Amino acid sequence: MPDDDTPRSNTPEPKLVCRNLWKVFGTKPETWFKDQDALRDPASLAERMRDDGLIPAAVDVNFEVAQGEIFVIMGLSGSGKSTVLRCLSRLVEPTYGEVLLDGEDLLRKSARELIEIRRHKMGMVFQNFGLMPHLNVIENVTFPLALQGMPEKERRKRVENVISLVGLEGREDSYPHQLSGGQQQRVGIARSLAVEPDLWLLDEPFSALDPMIRRQMQDEFLHIQSTLKKSIIFITHDFLEALRIADRIMLMRDGMVVQIGSPVDLITDPADSYVAEFTRDVPLVRVMTAADALAPGGAQETPEGLPEVDSTATLEDLLPQMAGRHDSVIVRKGDRVIGQVTPESLIDALAKRTKAHDAAMDEDGSEIAKETA
Amino acid sequence: MTEIRRWVSGGSAWAVLIALTLVLLLQRDALPWAIRFPDGWAVPLTPWLNAGMNWVIDSFGIYFRAFSDQLSVLMRWIRDGINSLPWAAIVALVAFMAYAVSGWKLAVFSFAAMFYMVLIGFWTEAMNSLALVALSVPMAVIIGFFTGALGFASDRADRIIRPTMDMMQTIPAFAYLLPILLLFGFGPVVGLIASLLYAVPPMVRNTTMGLGAVNSEVIEAGSMSGATRRQLFWRVRVPSAMRQILLGVNQTTMAAFSMVIIASIIGGTADIGWEVLKSIRRAEFGESLLLGLVIAFMAMVMDRLTAQIARRDTSGPEALEWARPRVLWLSALVLAIAITALAQVLPFLKTYPAAWEFYPAGRLNSAVQYIVTEFTVTINYIKQVAFFFVMLPVKMGLEKTITPFSWGFAFTDTLKIGYAVAVLALAALSWQRRSWRAAALVIFFGMLLFVGITGMPWPALIAMATLLAYQTGGRRLALGMLAGLGFLLLAGVWEEAMLSIYLCGLAVLFCFLIGGALGVLAAEFDSVSAALRPFNDTLQTMPLFVILIPFVMIFKIGEFTALLAIIAYAIVPSIRYTEHGIRSVSKEVIEAATASGCTPLQLLWRVKLPLAAPVILLGLNQTIMYAIAMLVIAALVGTSDLGQLVYIGLGDGDFGVGIVAGVGMAIIAMLADRMTQAMGGRPK
Repeated sequence: MPDDDTPRSNTPEPKLVCRNLWKVFGTKPETWFKDQDALRDPASLAERMRDDGLIPAAVDVNFEVAQGEIFVIMGLSGSGKSTVLRCLSRLVEPTYGEVLLDGEDLLRKSARELIEIRRHKMGMVFQNFGLMPHLNVIENVTFPLALQGMPEKERRKRVENVISLVGLEGREDSYPHQLSGGQQQRVGIARSLAVEPDLWLLDEPFSALDPMIRRQMQDEFLHIQSTLKKSIIFITHDFLEALRIADRIMLMRDGMVVQIGSPVDLITDPADSYVAEFTRDVPLVRVMTAADALAPGGAQETPEGLPEVDSTATLEDLLPQMAGRHDSVIVRKGDRVIGQVTPESLIDALAKRTKAHDAAMDEDGSEIAKETA
Repeated sequence: MTEIRRWVSGGSAWAVLIALTLVLLLQRDALPWAIRFPDGWAVPLTPWLNAGMNWVIDSFGIYFRAFSDQLSVLMRWIRDGINSLPWAAIVALVAFMAYAVSGWKLAVFSFAAMFYMVLIGFWTEAMNSLALVALSVPMAVIIGFFTGALGFASDRADRIIRPTMDMMQTIPAFAYLLPILLLFGFGPVVGLIASLLYAVPPMVRNTTMGLGAVNSEVIEAGSMSGATRRQLFWRVRVPSAMRQILLGVNQTTMAAFSMVIIASIIGGTADIGWEVLKSIRRAEFGESLLLGLVIAFMAMVMDRLTAQIARRDTSGPEALEWARPRVLWLSALVLAIAITALAQVLPFLKTYPAAWEFYPAGRLNSAVQYIVTEFTVTINYIKQVAFFFVMLPVKMGLEKTITPFSWGFAFTDTLKIGYAVAVLALAALSWQRRSWRAAALVIFFGMLLFVGITGMPWPALIAMATLLAYQTGGRRLALGMLAGLGFLLLAGVWEEAMLSIYLCGLAVLFCFLIGGALGVLAAEFDSVSAALRPFNDTLQTMPLFVILIPFVMIFKIGEFTALLAIIAYAIVPSIRYTEHGIRSVSKEVIEAATASGCTPLQLLWRVKLPLAAPVILLGLNQTIMYAIAMLVIAALVGTSDLGQLVYIGLGDGDFGVGIVAGVGMAIIAMLADRMTQAMGGRPK
């Protein structure tokens, strides 16, 4: 699915827009972008660059992130997701394209302006935490404020909230090497939030943690987001993690965007066999909701006396109810009844993925299966 | 072209070179120039160099002198400053610092070590050395830090800085004492500048390395926190690299101190190094031992203090108490003032009364004398055996060594033929069992032992070394080898160079065997490791010439003593790297091997040693470097190699001789370094 997909948010103005973004490593990559015609076929242009010994790490990347949205970038290692994220903050200087934050092109900013933007509008969390080994917890968290020259008392006051939000009270004087991985990442999160950024970038923040801790941190992350409502770009290679937190997911391969869509879209309507392979092991019943399995006909002819569920209930929640009665359930969204789920519609919904999956695999299955293995 | 290349890489090239050597050896009476490079063929480098130096002194001498005058003033201030403090205040301050950075143990040790200097009555001399270090270390640290930062920031600068640092550290110190002496004039300033030159490189290296090794995420986190370039450098990169930088400070301090001691050889400095040297020259062993201990203690205190500061930097909570610099400085100041005030009332705190001194040099001398006379037979026996059965054969060859006087029988023609047959048989066996390489090696050493290293024809040696360099490291290394050996030959120092290689080679061989064995034991048994550690630490921090003292005491001067001293110093890296290499073999591999039914010995020979080989080879590399460094110092006790030439150059004020010999040693060191690196693949 291409990039004309509209975000599921109410705000019309996107927080961040990324247009035709390229990052090419190698000698003199700029020369490749003089020919506007060549840019119309990015895939073949990238191919030619590779043949010439350059490394196109991000190839014509386009997406938008809405206000308050959690936008997840996924892909295998080396797919360019980290590069894209770093291009957005210009930790990596993009070769070509536009990055609009609140409508302003970041790539045209001077070094000085960029520093101001990083000091006030962006926060970033790193996979291996990126903590300063010589500073204790409170100094690490207040580091961005210290760089701005804020006096110590004021700094501490500013971060009081954040420290308690991430649950670091009482550890303020510890040094990074005295903390567990999970604790260290809390420090990283607190630091990224210290400047109260609008745009929050997270680069595989939980990948270095144990599975148990990872799940706990995901819950806390969702909790933090529910109070702060930041616009978030979150990188992961773990599809289950993406499912738990994403509003939308962008899947990348070889520097190119393969598909952008909601988690359910990716599963039920994969753009190609690569996406299908990626989502293959996801338990469908946990991802699809009642709203995804409505019987045709809508809300008109719903019989009385059936059990009711909310539209966000997963099919896994629905199954026991339906198994007991061999009958349908009514689906509500708020006060409104939006339809019903019947055994037939349920089976249809579940079968949809298998069909889509098989179709995608038939197209170019053998080649991709090799690659992902 | 490719065929030539294949031929050169193969074994037949060796066969040709060995045949060439044999021909040259058989015809040596007809071709004397092949054994001894004729003096007439040498390039008169020495007079040219001396002329150049004279020109530099005539044209720029005044500026150098002016600079050195400025430094002298600064140095006098520091010296007077230290001398004006009561000894008790300095001892207390050092002990306090030790306590602050480490704790009671180090404090007690530092106190005892410092008090020893007072007790034997050489406080002033020790403080004069300390004053030099106190000036040269901060200067070296500042210069080194900024040079290192430059090398980190710019690849182009790094390409110039790196080889310069290599040169500064591999050219033996004695070689540049003389030019400094000529340029800057006589006096302690020479020691200062020499120690600066020698102490800067470790600081540069550690700074460049530390700054480059900072985790990229930390840097990115700094950038994302909105750091400007300057903030990123000073508030993120430098503090994150602080540990490595402080390690550089530690190494720089030790290098500076060791050089301050070495530089006393030019005399007139009234410092502790001069006193030690004086007593070694007068063969006063009791004195040299007691004074050598002063140097050893100073080195240990400085090393432990600076190493502790580096280690402590990861600011744990226990460090936090004392890390508040204000409290620390204030307490130190109060302590110093209090003791100085007290010294007004109790004068013995200011000047230690001579009557309370304890200087048992006389008794030590008679004790040494007693031991030496008591064990004369044994000592001489050891010396003779080493000399006639190991050292002389390598140096001059069996043909000259085997006489009725030394071995008890003459080297008759029958025996010579027997020797040749034995070598050939061994070679054949090695070929069959191992490879043509082993066979070539056997034949080469067979010839070498027969005529000695000085009797080998130089054209053959150069050709073989170049071939070896080509086969291990490719064309560039081969060219380097050819150029380096060519320099030694044309500069007219071939024989001295061969003697250096002989002495170093023997020492390295012993270090590798004994050190390797000790390293294996240390890796297998924790108790051995624990027992060896203090020895290794001490030997490594000791200024080189202190190591000579015990050997001179027992074996008097001579090449054997030099050999022992070199071994004592150079064995440390062999032990350390072998132990480290074996200990870092992955546990899984060992478990897998054990599960496959390896006996402990098989485990060692078939698994641990092969896997540890790269690290052990790195140890060999370090051993060679250490041996070459010690070579010059060992010249003090009588050798006839390049080290001696360096020393002679210094003694005669002959700049050219000293510098040619010094560069010669640097060339040998660098070639040996590149060769061992090429053999082990690039070490990290």
